[in-house]
Amino acid sequence: MVVKTYQILGRMKPSEKDPNPKVYRMKLFAANDVAARSKFWYFISKLRRVKKAHGQILSCHELIEKNRRIVKNYGVWLRYESRTGTHNMYKEYRECSLNAAIQAVYNDLAGRNRAAPRGIQIIRTAEVKAASTKRPNVWQFLNSKIAFPLAHRVMRSEKRFKTTFKAQKPNTYY
Amino acid sequence: MPYSRLVEIGRVALVTFGPDAGKLCTIIDVIDENRVLVDGPVSITGVQHQEIGFKRLALTDFKVDVKRNARQKALLAAWEEADVTAKWSATAWAKKLENKKKRAAMSDFDRFEVMIAKKKRTAAMK
Repeated sequence: MVVKTYQILGRMKPSEKDPNPKVYRMKLFAANDVAARSKFWYFISKLRRVKKAHGQILSCHELIEKNRRIVKNYGVWLRYESRTGTHNMYKEYRECSLNAAIQAVYNDLAGRNRAAPRGIQIIRTAEVKAASTKRPNVWQFLNSKIAFPLAHRVMRSEKRFKTTFKAQKPNTYY
Repeated sequence: MPYSRLVEIGRVALVTFGPDAGKLCTIIDVIDENRVLVDGPVSITGVQHQEIGFKRLALTDFKVDVKRNARQKALLAAWEEADVTAKWSATAWAKKLENKKKRAAMSDFDRFEVMIAKKKRTAAMK
């Protein structure tokens, strides 16, 4: 599932009682426009007194990353359902775009916590400055003079060379 | 054996897999333990600014003096100063790759010519 960022504006339908209802703006992550709209109603009805039945979406458009050429540290606050309860989390990712970071969230939670996308809610995201990052796995890369070797390198080989038995041990020093 | 080929900003690497296989690129930023941001420079090597994993790279002995997220201009200048293209072509590694390419591109006539040349050489050795 490729994740995209959408900005959705919605409000209650105007009526005689309320000719100018308050407009709510929400940024969320979905695979497509349709899913984004659906998610909008799900979240907004939990947060405000608006329902799809008496509401309208004024605009729904995709937000494009400003600069995908630099690596950024993304902090993500999320809520997920485990087998026995629901928990909050704060995770950090080093990615070039917010979409990639949210993709990483879903993949990470699937692998580490066995959480399905339906049980994950992204509460808040932020681009975190290097000094404000909290996770050691991100800190280790925040070094302008970073240098490390690729130790014990297992090189990828062509399919035809992959046999069960080999005459020599592989070379792992490159 | 101490490691001399490090993943660092400015390290020249060879792309070993994918559409840019066989081309050189420069590491301009490290994303995490599996990926780096690389750039050609595009005009010299043809590798675009992109995210690439270590599994697709082979580090070389060469390093250029660039800052993190260096732009094309600075990268080009650094490559020229370090004279990477010439130094790389002079290495045994590059020559082997070049020979492999030549062999793969041989026509039947080329193979015939090679056979004749080999026969001549062995005759001269005797």
